[in-house]
Amino acid sequence: MAYSDKVMDHYENPRNVGAFGKDESGVGTGMVGAPACGDVMKLQIKVNEQGVIEDARFKTYGCGSAIASSSLLTEWVKGKTLDEAALIKNSEIAEELALPPVKVHCSVLAEDAIKAAIADYKAKKGE
Amino acid sequence: MQVDWSKNFFELFGLPVQFDLDPSDLLTRYRELQRRVHPDKFASASAEERRLSMQLTTLVNEGYQTLRDPVRRARYLLELSGAAMNDETDTSMKPEFLVEQMELREALEEACAREDSLRRLAELANDIERRHAAKLEELRDYFSRGQSALAATRNAVRELQFLGKLLREIRDQEEELT
Repeated sequence: MAYSDKVMDHYENPRNVGAFGKDESGVGTGMVGAPACGDVMKLQIKVNEQGVIEDARFKTYGCGSAIASSSLLTEWVKGKTLDEAALIKNSEIAEELALPPVKVHCSVLAEDAIKAAIADYKAKKGE
Repeated sequence: MQVDWSKNFFELFGLPVQFDLDPSDLLTRYRELQRRVHPDKFASASAEERRLSMQLTTLVNEGYQTLRDPVRRARYLLELSGAAMNDETDTSMKPEFLVEQMELREALEEACAREDSLRRLAELANDIERRHAAKLEELRDYFSRGQSALAATRNAVRELQFLGKLLREIRDQEEELT
């Protein structure tokens, strides 16, 4: 299958790959998997005192579309508040990356991951 | 040639609709069915019968591929009972399982980067195969408990799909290295 230029760009130069240190504070981690294809995705956000996402990291084992979806998402969430980040829709990711219908579930995975990361951050903070 | 298209794959093969089956018995039934519907037998029959024979052969092959693979068989059984998997929309997985999957993927990545990568990959493949076999046993048990274990059944199928994918990736890496 032919990937779009944007997918290829993120696939070849993924942004924000990696993980935050175990002891770093203000970190929320979202871990999701896609049973259909066996992809796994870990997305982390680092949130400051004002509730703004300062930084993000991801690690995705999966196809190019899954990697591109999570890479793009880490770029998008930076500078957003938690509430703003929670509003990101998979359809926006799919549209930006021009994902074909069979790969739309990769963008769903990314949306699930950011929601899970926000929930984890809030749970840690005791909200 | 009489064809009852409403039969499910189990019925087509004359088997009870259940998870447990004997693979060699299935193979025997498959060969027998294939022989009966094979297009060669209908070479001089009417166009209608030849077309039917082609369709039936395809159906029998699809049925065999579905029933012989335990995970596909499980998915098919769930579908028959009205509890199809909906992989695309239903992505809930246990966090511990996902953490473990992430670690196994990292182990695979590390194994590939090492000098003795083939040996490492073989070890990893053995490990995953053991997990896969153990999970299949679990699945068998859940199916025997019926409706009351439906959630556990579905979860086991999901986990098996991840393990299956991981095994295929290890095999791909092994092929690339040899």
